[in-house]
Amino acid sequence: MKRWMSQGWKALAAGWLVSLACLATTAQAQNLTIEITRGSDQATPIAIVPFEFSGQGGLPQDVAQIVSDDLEHSGQFSPLSRSSLVSLPSSSKDVFYDDWKRVDARYLVVGKIEPQGDQYRIQYELMDILGGKRMLGETLTSSDGNLRASAHYISDQIFEAITGIRGAFSTRIAYVAASGTGDNARYALYVADADGHNGQQILSSDDPILSPAWSPDGQKIAYVSFESGNSAIYVQNASTGERVRLTSFRGINGAPAWSPDGRKMAMSLSKDGQPEIYVMDLASRQLTRLTNNRAIETEPDWSPDGQSLIFTSDRSGAPQLYRMSATGGQAERVTFTGNYNSDGRFSPDGKTLFMVTRDGSGYHVAKQELDTGRVTVLTDSRWDESPSVAPNGTMVIFATQQGAQGVLGAVSSDGRASFRLPSAQGDVREPAWSPFLN
Amino acid sequence: MQIKTYAKTLAVALSLAVVAGCSSSGGTQEGDMNGTSGGMSGQGMTSGQGTSGSQMGANDQRPSVDTIYFAFDSEEIRPEFESVLRGHAQYLMANPNVNVTLQGYADERGTREYNLGLGERRAQAVEQYLTVQGVSPSQIQIVSYGEERPAVQGHTEEAYAKNRRVVFAY
Repeated sequence: MKRWMSQGWKALAAGWLVSLACLATTAQAQNLTIEITRGSDQATPIAIVPFEFSGQGGLPQDVAQIVSDDLEHSGQFSPLSRSSLVSLPSSSKDVFYDDWKRVDARYLVVGKIEPQGDQYRIQYELMDILGGKRMLGETLTSSDGNLRASAHYISDQIFEAITGIRGAFSTRIAYVAASGTGDNARYALYVADADGHNGQQILSSDDPILSPAWSPDGQKIAYVSFESGNSAIYVQNASTGERVRLTSFRGINGAPAWSPDGRKMAMSLSKDGQPEIYVMDLASRQLTRLTNNRAIETEPDWSPDGQSLIFTSDRSGAPQLYRMSATGGQAERVTFTGNYNSDGRFSPDGKTLFMVTRDGSGYHVAKQELDTGRVTVLTDSRWDESPSVAPNGTMVIFATQQGAQGVLGAVSSDGRASFRLPSAQGDVREPAWSPFLN
Repeated sequence: MQIKTYAKTLAVALSLAVVAGCSSSGGTQEGDMNGTSGGMSGQGMTSGQGTSGSQMGANDQRPSVDTIYFAFDSEEIRPEFESVLRGHAQYLMANPNVNVTLQGYADERGTREYNLGLGERRAQAVEQYLTVQGVSPSQIQIVSYGEERPAVQGHTEEAYAKNRRVVFAY
């Protein structure tokens, strides 16, 4: 026993059962393609002119098209089709504002790309057509492998210049892919760009994986895996694959949620009988139990200020959302509309809760304003769950069904625009939107 | 019976893990009952420890039905499954070296983490039934999969009914 203990301490010192997560299969890549299911009637028309390329041959990526797609997929912009562009300027000095007013473009983006050794120099400009002025201009350096990232960066700058809201196009999403049934079931955890491209498998398993959650610094992902024969919470470095098993108590080990400062993790553990909300101090691994109820208490989420937790409890007889101090104490019921509200997620400003709500037509993503209690249902298919909010609060990604296939969906926070991100093969679900990464 | 003999033969030659795999491959009862081939559940996950150590006599065979089903949003044991539970209770009491893992499941409706709780409640209801019958709690382990590893794919009431279940995995 003593010997075991000392080995245990060694493991602890080494970073707790560090292992490399199934790296043999990480070569698998996957792209999700965003399809628009509902455009916003209030989207702002913007013209994005293909960037002029002065090098030989073509570029591996159409940067202007990626910017156009990003802005369109925010739900806030409606890019003009390329065939309706009145001219193809590459610099603001060649722009005739009246031409663009005639085609109702509110904003205009132009740019050019020049080879510079084995890199590229990208110059882009944003113009306010109605205001008749240049709003933004910048030159950046990129390379073949970085053109998509450069395009997302440009989208971020344009989005923020126009809306005043920080762009989230350079962020990432994690999600679970599942294929096969019974003994042939396979599960994999993917990390992809926010637009679904560049999906990289970071874990694969014969057993279920669920509830991925990003650390606030965007470096690590916590998740639940059944690979040991029961649910257990793991924390994995998203880029190196190095990981630790954080909990493997008897019963359910579920619903990991990082505190905003990254020092604690809220979770649901049923080691003492029923699923209860616990908070673990990640440095000391010390657990504090916050709830004590003969009910299912799960799906904790931290308020952005780290002061309180929202969680699901069926102590009233059906799942509803409750809020309590992050140090425990009395929980206050927050949701009263409908008889099923679960998986609450705070908006980044802490004023709104996104959640799953059930009504006569199924399970939908809804939002509730915390001060007024006003509930708005945002999605309309039957099987919507697992909402995860973009770090700028403008979009929510969630899991839904398309036919018999599990796909990801996204909806703008105002509910006006919605999207699907189907996978070419198998089911995808359990999306988690990363924090800002730079 | 065939499977039992097969398992015994293997147990002599091979490791305990192999026995666990074989014995759990006997758990196709749910698929048979449902008339589907996709309904097998619980294979290869259970530790199966204890199986090799048990001496199964003629009067305490393991019940052939290894899965019971539940109503929507309920963990109540339905009367038609009480005989199944009593059969497992008798088997476990007659074989104190045998352990069982009760795998609790939910249908796909609702959120995954909440459904882990529902699956666990069902397994706990079965555990309570067994211990009231006299089974030692030390013979019983619980794993909740919630809506993961569905027995039957699909979004129909029929599929849901087959997924709300507890599986005896020996």
